[in-house]
Amino acid sequence: MAHGPQGDAAHTHHPHQQHHFFSMAQQYEASVLGMWVFLVTEVMFFGGMFMAYLVYRTAYPQAWVESSHELNVYLGAANTLVLICSSLTMVLAVRSAQVGSKVGQIVNLILTILLGSTFLVIKYFEYAAKFEHHLVPGPSFRTDLPFGSQLFFSLYFCLTGVHALHMVVGIGLMLVMLVLAIRGRFTPDYYNQIEISGLYWHFVDIVWIFLFPLLYLVGFHYTGA
Amino acid sequence: MSTAAAVAAERHSYLDEPYGIASWLLTKDHKRIAMLYLISITMFFALGGIFAAGIRLELLTPQGDVWTADTYNKLFSMHGIVMVFFFLVPSIPATLGNFLLPIMVGAKDLAFPRVNLISWYLYIIGGVIVLTVLAMGGVDTGWTFYTPYSSIGSNTHVTLAIVGVFVAGFSSILTGFNFIVTVHRMRAPGMTWFRLPLFVWAMYATSIQMILGTPVVAITLTLVAVERSLGLGIFDPKLGGDPVLFQHLFWFYSHPAVYIMILPGMGVISELVPAMARKTMFGYGFVAGSSLAIALLGFFVWGHHLFLSSQSVYAGMVFSILTMLVAVPSAVKVFNWTATFYKGSISWESPTFFVIGFMGLFLIGGLTGLFLATMGLDIHLHDTYFVVAHFHFIMVGGAVMAFLGGLHFWWPKMTGRMFNEALAKTAAVLVFVGFNLTFGPQFILGYLGMPRRYYSYPEELQVWNVLSSAGASILGLGYMLAFSYLVYSLFKGELAPANPWGAKGLEWQTTSPPPTFNFDFDPVVTEPAYDYNPSGREVHVG
Amino acid sequence: MSSSLSLFPPNASSVATEMDLLYAFIVAVSAFFTVLVVVLLTYFAVKYRRKHPDDVGADIHGSLVLEIVWTFIPFVLSMIMFGWGASLFYRLSRPPKGAMEITVVGKQWMWKVEHEEGVREIDELHVPLGRDVRVSLGSEDVIHDFAIPAFRVRMDAVPGKLTTLWFRATQTGQYRIYCDQYCGTRHSAMIGMVYVMEPQDYAAWVDAGRSTMTPVAMGAALFTQFQCSTCHKPDRTGRGPSLVGIAGQTIALGDGRSVVADDTYLRESILNSQAKVVQGYQPIMPVFQGLMTEEQVLQLVAYVKSLK
Repeated sequence: MAHGPQGDAAHTHHPHQQHHFFSMAQQYEASVLGMWVFLVTEVMFFGGMFMAYLVYRTAYPQAWVESSHELNVYLGAANTLVLICSSLTMVLAVRSAQVGSKVGQIVNLILTILLGSTFLVIKYFEYAAKFEHHLVPGPSFRTDLPFGSQLFFSLYFCLTGVHALHMVVGIGLMLVMLVLAIRGRFTPDYYNQIEISGLYWHFVDIVWIFLFPLLYLVGFHYTGA
Repeated sequence: MSTAAAVAAERHSYLDEPYGIASWLLTKDHKRIAMLYLISITMFFALGGIFAAGIRLELLTPQGDVWTADTYNKLFSMHGIVMVFFFLVPSIPATLGNFLLPIMVGAKDLAFPRVNLISWYLYIIGGVIVLTVLAMGGVDTGWTFYTPYSSIGSNTHVTLAIVGVFVAGFSSILTGFNFIVTVHRMRAPGMTWFRLPLFVWAMYATSIQMILGTPVVAITLTLVAVERSLGLGIFDPKLGGDPVLFQHLFWFYSHPAVYIMILPGMGVISELVPAMARKTMFGYGFVAGSSLAIALLGFFVWGHHLFLSSQSVYAGMVFSILTMLVAVPSAVKVFNWTATFYKGSISWESPTFFVIGFMGLFLIGGLTGLFLATMGLDIHLHDTYFVVAHFHFIMVGGAVMAFLGGLHFWWPKMTGRMFNEALAKTAAVLVFVGFNLTFGPQFILGYLGMPRRYYSYPEELQVWNVLSSAGASILGLGYMLAFSYLVYSLFKGELAPANPWGAKGLEWQTTSPPPTFNFDFDPVVTEPAYDYNPSGREVHVG
Repeated sequence: MSSSLSLFPPNASSVATEMDLLYAFIVAVSAFFTVLVVVLLTYFAVKYRRKHPDDVGADIHGSLVLEIVWTFIPFVLSMIMFGWGASLFYRLSRPPKGAMEITVVGKQWMWKVEHEEGVREIDELHVPLGRDVRVSLGSEDVIHDFAIPAFRVRMDAVPGKLTTLWFRATQTGQYRIYCDQYCGTRHSAMIGMVYVMEPQDYAAWVDAGRSTMTPVAMGAALFTQFQCSTCHKPDRTGRGPSLVGIAGQTIALGDGRSVVADDTYLRESILNSQAKVVQGYQPIMPVFQGLMTEEQVLQLVAYVKSLK
C-alpha cells in the first residue's frame, strides 16, 4: 500500500500511526475530539428522557414523591458508590498507561470491570424487586399509588435501562482494553484508546450521578431509621 | 491533460486500485464509501419514487379506487420514511460530502475511516430492516409516527420500522461526527477556516445539527417502541401521559432535520455558483455565517409544527418569531448567490441549469414557509396540501436539484468520465418543468382545504390533482433520463480531464478520478477560496 | 360550493376575508422576490455569458451595505407577517363571551356533535348565521383535527385534553368538515358538513330535535351516577368544595398556587383531582381517568359550568 510521496525518509512513523494522519499528535487530538463529540450525542440521547421526566414531574409532583419512596435508596446509594469507585479505578488505569505500568493497567481495568458488573448485579436485584412489588407499569401495577406513578416507573425503567445498556457496552469496551493492555499495547507515548474509553466510562458514571437523585431522592427526608 | 495521461490517471485511481469486490466492501477509502453510498441511496430513491407513483396514481380520481385505504396509508408512510431517512438525510453528506470533504480540506481521508465504513453498513442494515418491514406489509403511521396512533392505535410493524430508522440515524450521527473532527483537525497547512470552501462550511453546520438532533429522535422513537412492546406508556393519556410531548420531542430533531436536508444542497450551490461564474462568492463570510446561523436557529423553531396541537398561544408566538428569523439567513444566501452572477463569466453548461432551477424552486419553497410560520394563516393551512407543496419544493425542488447539480458538477472528478451535455440540460429542464407541474397545483389544493394523507377527496378538487399527477410523470421521466446517461457515461463516456470546468478548489488540482490518497503531492494552501482574480485584473485561466 | 377552478374556498366566516388578505399579502411579497431574483439571474446569465473558454469574472468580493439591506428588508417584512399572523391567531384563540356552545368529540372515524339543547349529530353540524359559535373539542382515541376550510378555522382534538375553536358564519350554505390530522384507516372518510341556516330556520331545526337529554342534563345525571353529589354539596358542608359558580373563578390551591377554573381545569379536576387540590381540602377525591368517556367528561363540565 503506497504512502504516496510524502517522504518516509523524512520521519519514521510510529507503528500505530494511521496513514491518513501526518503525526501522532494529530491522531491523538482527533480521537479525543471524536470521543467528546460522541459524548455530546449521548447527552442529547439521554436528554430526551430527562425532558419527559421534567414535564411529568411538574405535572404530577405527588406521584413523583410517593413513587420515589418505593425505590430502595440504600441500593441506589450503593450503586452510586460503586460507580464512583469504578471511575477512580478507570482513571488509575489510564494513569498506569501514562507511566508505563502494565500491572497497574491490568489490575485497575479488572477492578473497573468488577465494579461495573457489581452495579449491574445490584440493578438486577432492584428490577426483580419491582416485579415482585407490582411496580412495573401495566395491568398489574399497584393501584394505591397516585395517578401518574405509572409514568414515573415507565421513566425509571427507560432511564435506568438505557443506562444499564450503556454500562454493558462500557464493560465490553473495558474487556477489549484489558486484552490490549495484557498484550502491552499501551505505552507512555500511545494510550489513545484507553484514554477515550475512559472518557466514555466517566460519562456513563456521570449519567448515573444525575439519575440517582432524580429517581431515588425525590422528596427524600432522612429519618435516621 | 492529454488523453494518454487521462487514461493513465484512470487506471491508477481509487476506482481501480485495489481491485475486487472484497476490497470495496472492506474499504476505508472515503471516496469508495461515497460511491457505495451513491449506489445505495439511488436504490432507495427509486423505491421512494415508486411509492410516490402509487400515491399520485390514486389521486388521479376523487374516489379511493386504486388501493385500499390501509394500503394507501402505508404507501405515504413508507414514502416518507424511505425518502427522509434513507435518501434525503444521507444523500449529499454521505455521497458528495464523503467524497469531497477530505479533498477540499487537503487531507488524505476523513478522521475516522473505519467509522465511515461502519456508518455505511449501519445504513444498509437499517435499510434492510425497513425493506423487511415493507415485505411484512409496511407501516401506516406516517413518517411522523404521531402518538397515540403509533403507540396504541396502529396494528402494523411500527416497532421494527423504528428499529430500522434508529439504526439509520446512528449511521447519520457517525457521519456527522466524522466530519466535525475532520474539519477541526485534518486541514492542510494554510487551510484556515476562512479559506475553506463554502461546501465545507455547509457540511460542518449540517454535522452539528446531525449530532445534536438525531439522538433526540432516536430516544423519542425508542420510547414509542418501548410503549408498544413493553407497555411502558410515556405518551398514553390514560396513564396521564401527553401525546403532544411526543410531538415536541419528535420535532426537536425533525425540524433541524430539514436543515440537515437543505444545508448540504446550499453548500453545493455555493460551490457551483462561483465555479460556473468564474467569480469569487459575493459575501463569502456572510454565506459561511448564514450556514451556522441556520444550524443554530434551526434548533429553536420546532414549535411551529405544534401551533394547533394545544400548545399555548404565547409559546406559539415565540416559535413564530424565531421561525421568521431563521428564514433571513436563507434569503441572505439567495441574494449573495445572485450577486455573484453579476459581472461573472457565466458558463451555460449543465451545472448552471441545475443552479438556476434550484434557485427558482428553493426560493418558492422557502417563501412558502413564511405562510406557515405566520401563525394566523397556519390555522387555515395546517396539515393541508399547502404544507406538502412547501416541503417538496424545498426538499425536491431544492435538495434534489442541488444534489443532481453537484452530481453532474463532480461526476468527472468522481468517475473520470464526462456525460452527455445535451441530455443533461434536457434532464434539468424536464425535472424543473415536471416538478413545478407536480407541486405547484398543490399550493392551490392546500388553500382550498384539501388535507394531507387523504386518498379520496371532493370532486371539485380533481383538476388540480390531475395536473399534479401529470407533472409527476414528467418529473419521473427527468430523473430516469439523468440516471440513464450518467450510468451510460460510466462505460462510454469521454475520459475527463483534471479540471473540466476550469474551477478553483483543491479537488480540481488532483486527477480525475483522484488516486487513493487523494493527492500526488502535499497540499499547502496559500490563496483564498474561489481566487479567480489573483492579481486583481482579468486573467485567463490556463 | 366553489366552481372547479376557484382558488379560494367559500368566504363564509367573519375571519375569512382577513385570512385571505393576509394570504394575498404574503403572496405579493413572495411573488415580488421570486420575480426579482429570477429576472436578475436570467438577465445576468444572458448578459454575462462566457464568451471565451478562458474568461473569468470580475474581482468583486462583497458589499457590507448590500448585506445589511438585504438582511434588514426581509427581517422587517417577516416581522409584519408575524405581527399580523399572531394577532389573528390570538383573536381566534379567544372565543367571544356569550357564544353558543357546541361539543365535538372525534373518534375513529366520526365526529360526534352535541348542541346545548341536547340535539346530537354525527358528521354534521347545523349552526345559525351570524352567531358566535364556540366548539369544545375532545377525542376518544387518537389525535384528530376538526377543520372547516370555508370558515378558515381548525383545531386538533387531542385525547386527554380539551381544545377549543370558535367561528361566526357569515353566509348560509353547506361547507365541508375534514379531519385534518392523520388518524388511521378511515382518516379520509372522517369528513362531514356544516349547515349554516338562517336564525329562524335554525331555531326550528333545534326545536324539532330538542330533547331533555341536553349536555347539562346528562351531566347532572352523571353527577349523581358517579356520586359527585356525596362530597360536593352546594352549601359547603361536604368533604369537597362547593361547585356553585366556580366556573371562571380564580381558585386558591393547597400548595399556594392559584388557578383560573376554566374548562381545562374543570376537566382535569374531574379526571385527575390529585393534580390541583383546593386549599383547605384533602386529596381524597377518586381518580376518574379511564372510568368515563370524553363525552361524559364534557357533559359533566357543561353541568358544573351551569351551576350558578
